[in-house]
Amino acid sequence: MSENGYEHLLSVKDLHTSFFTDNGEVQAVNGVSFNLDAGKVLGIVGESGSGKSVTAYSVMQILADTGKITQGEVLYKGDNITKWGERQMRSFRGKCCSIIFQDPMTSLNPVFTVGNQIMEAILLHTEKRGQAARDRALEMLQLVGINEPDKRLKQYPYELSGGMRQRVMIAMALACEPDVLIADEPTTALDVTIQAQILELMQDLQKKMGMAIVMVTHDLGVIAEMCDEIIVMYGGRICERGTADEIFYNPKHEYTKGLLRSIPDIKNMKERLIPISGTPINMLNMPKGCAFCPRCDSAMKICLEAVPEEIRINENHLASCWCNVRDARKNGEGAAEK
Amino acid sequence: MSDYILEVDHLKQYFPVRVGMMKTVPLKAVDDVSFRIGHGETLGLVGESGCGKTTVGRSILRLYEPTGGTVKFDGEEITGKNIGPMRRRMQMVFQDPYSSLDPRMTVEDIIGEPLDVHHLYGNRKERREKILHLMELVGLNAEHATRYAHEFSGGQRQRIGIARALAVDPAFIVCDEPVSALDVSIQAQVINMFEDLQAQLGVAYLFVAHDLLVVHHISKRIAVMYLGHIVETADADELMDVPMHPYTQSLLSAVPIPDPNTARERKRIVLEGDVPSPLKMPTGCPFRTRCRYATEQCAAESPQLTDRGNGHEVACWNK
Amino acid sequence: MAEYDVNKMPKKSPLSVQINLEKFEPATDEEKHQQDVMSQSATFFKDGMRKLRKNPLAMASIIILVLIILIIIFAPMIVPYGYTEINTVNGVRDKSAKNLAPFTYSEMEQESIANGGTRFPHIFGTDEQCRDYFMRVVYGTRVSLCVGFFASIIVLIIGMIYGSISGYVGGRTDLIMMRIVDVIYSLPDMLMVILLSVVFKEILSFKSGTLLASLGSNMVSLFIVFGLLYWVGMARLIRGQILTIKENDYVLAAKAVGAKSSRIIKRHILPNCLSVIIISTALQIPSAIFTESYLSFVGLGVSAPMPSLGSLANTAREGLQSYPYKLVFPALVICLIVLSLNLLGDGMRDAFDPKLKR
Repeated sequence: MSENGYEHLLSVKDLHTSFFTDNGEVQAVNGVSFNLDAGKVLGIVGESGSGKSVTAYSVMQILADTGKITQGEVLYKGDNITKWGERQMRSFRGKCCSIIFQDPMTSLNPVFTVGNQIMEAILLHTEKRGQAARDRALEMLQLVGINEPDKRLKQYPYELSGGMRQRVMIAMALACEPDVLIADEPTTALDVTIQAQILELMQDLQKKMGMAIVMVTHDLGVIAEMCDEIIVMYGGRICERGTADEIFYNPKHEYTKGLLRSIPDIKNMKERLIPISGTPINMLNMPKGCAFCPRCDSAMKICLEAVPEEIRINENHLASCWCNVRDARKNGEGAAEK
Repeated sequence: MSDYILEVDHLKQYFPVRVGMMKTVPLKAVDDVSFRIGHGETLGLVGESGCGKTTVGRSILRLYEPTGGTVKFDGEEITGKNIGPMRRRMQMVFQDPYSSLDPRMTVEDIIGEPLDVHHLYGNRKERREKILHLMELVGLNAEHATRYAHEFSGGQRQRIGIARALAVDPAFIVCDEPVSALDVSIQAQVINMFEDLQAQLGVAYLFVAHDLLVVHHISKRIAVMYLGHIVETADADELMDVPMHPYTQSLLSAVPIPDPNTARERKRIVLEGDVPSPLKMPTGCPFRTRCRYATEQCAAESPQLTDRGNGHEVACWNK
Repeated sequence: MAEYDVNKMPKKSPLSVQINLEKFEPATDEEKHQQDVMSQSATFFKDGMRKLRKNPLAMASIIILVLIILIIIFAPMIVPYGYTEINTVNGVRDKSAKNLAPFTYSEMEQESIANGGTRFPHIFGTDEQCRDYFMRVVYGTRVSLCVGFFASIIVLIIGMIYGSISGYVGGRTDLIMMRIVDVIYSLPDMLMVILLSVVFKEILSFKSGTLLASLGSNMVSLFIVFGLLYWVGMARLIRGQILTIKENDYVLAAKAVGAKSSRIIKRHILPNCLSVIIISTALQIPSAIFTESYLSFVGLGVSAPMPSLGSLANTAREGLQSYPYKLVFPALVICLIVLSLNLLGDGMRDAFDPKLKR
């Protein structure tokens, strides 16, 4: 396969991932495709059960034992990493692509010092040893804004606060200068003021180091702040993708519209919220048509029967909703009549 | 009937923490907190983790015995007295929909427990009717009465918890982060239900949460807490538009706004450092260690809440 | 080959999609909710039973236990021998029926069969007192199971009450109660049993013919020792469970509603401990049986002529060289019971363990 001359840094094509449990096959991801270029921040937003975290884990191939990629490919710099064996994946993880997790309390090993854990990545993926590795770890701690870094190197995770632990996680993830950083709900467990610090840190680091970031979250506010391009997921499928402006100001999928209506509008905070009716979908029994159909107020008969195709709305915006086809036909007929 | 359903004055809640073989140090979870809630109104209580907002709610309901201060319910002082009869008038809705319902009880029994404890019915038929009425009020189907809690989703469980709180027909409910554990699309359903119930039944809420946008939406007035103290109280719109206390200002600037234009334009006030440990509270104003305007006076004396006009109260020497 | 590269996608104009116009009619509510079926109402118990049924070892254990219980209930009705009754043929004591191998007959019996009489086979042979061994094993199993069961009940009741009070009240009371538990834990149980049996032999004298007399003072002292010493494990377990359950919000909610402590313990805390209680009782029974067997083996168990599996094993020691089967049968039954109960207890723990949070 091509070594250079690839089109996108990371390319996910028609990814399908399922978990094979006692109760049946849970189809967590059902046909997800996206591209990521260097230096860009891609946001994947969805509620619990939408498949966003599973997509991220599928890219890194760190799914639980019962999970498997059943279809599709993931291309990193043109190479299909879904075909790679465990050895090649080990050199991929940490070096080319890193991940930071949600809960900093449980993501750090309590019996190893902070320095030890950062150096683990350095020792695995670079040629640095001994003092050189230690210096690099110190450098990383300074980069993420931790004060008194030489003191911190010898400390254990329980001695640090939540915000600091998340910074240590970021330091670990970036120690080997990966091309892609996946952040799975990195600030959900943190207080608002600490969250602001961490998000600002991530933006700073991105400018300095130039890596691409995939931000997986359910928080629309975080998405609006951080991301250039946004993907909205529901039921393991992509509902809509586009730039932040397009998604927030010109939503073209009923689910996105519903989500935006159900949060308070900053221009009119007291206006009554319009919730999405019903409850999130049960992934054991994926319907024939659109996953969102049972909860959709504008559902049509065709929504029950066929999964919507992805339609281009404009050069920054694609959506998978039959309402766009219907609207376009109406406009087309209206224009034809004149 | 007094003007207010709830009047809290100088409430203190200290927990003894063992720091040495013989020494215990008081953890001042709530330190000198005062506020008022009118009939049928909502007071939002916001703050970050460790500020004591959950403890305030539980102290009012006497799930912890307050260390000091007074609480007046509808004009009548309830601190220091037996809380038993008052339990019919104030209730609580909890944060975690998974641990707040007994997994061994059916929905009917969960909602019926308050009725059982206070003997609010004459016979079983009456009990059933009351329970079904409550379920309808919160949007649950009658056939769900015989099912167990674990068969429901998070949003539905929260509805069951709300029905349980309403069973005694309380005048006041403490809502302890009731929507934080729910998905966004379900949050809106539950928030609307809170508002509808307030309009229908005239219940007052103490709405404790950390999501400022939600609190702004549902509350008439908002109080901001930091390390056991209330630093600012004002009408919801006024607090969000004209925050005066430095902590409130940085808190508001840190909240992620789901609107790309606003996100691009606004300037962030990023606080340095971390929240100090409540066991080693700074002398004087608790916020002074992270405050840009801190002076010597701030270290010497803790500021009290003073009214700056329009019911907008701020506890700061410099603002 | 269809490429899914989003940028390379044919710039599908929405008008080019070939769709039947009728399909754009709004969908009705019934159509939308066809898939909305709430699953079978399953109580915690039913769910657990379903999981248990899938566990082959647990199911095998249940079958074995049921078989054993059926045998010991119905055997005396089928087999015409008693457990103390010395073998008689036509009313005459049969001294030649000593230590028969399984399924063999004594000389006198063979004579009688030759003369046209029928004799029920000695399934396990006979012992040195010419008694049918099968019935002795059956009665021995009865005794062992009863002892195991009742001892476990005693342990359960005392442990449950002690543990719930200690766990629920907490604070200093809990501290003191748990130190008492620590002291009792450190007492050597075998020594205590021996001491107590000696003491009770002197003190207790029962009217002959009663159940207590036939069990003997040793057995009674065993029950008393169980009641005094073995409840500590259960108390600790229940206290731990209660401490965990107390932290749940639904207990706080019950307090907020105004429920009294007794109601909270009865309706909220104990039912949630139930699965743990059942499982640890299931695992306690084999332990009690084992202890009883051990005591009987060293001669401190039930008095003769009442057999117990342990005393049978003890008596079988002497003739081990010549009649090995006499040790094999009771030992086998002990093993089967203890193993089945252990496997069943483990299986139940896996099936009912409430640690799996939804």
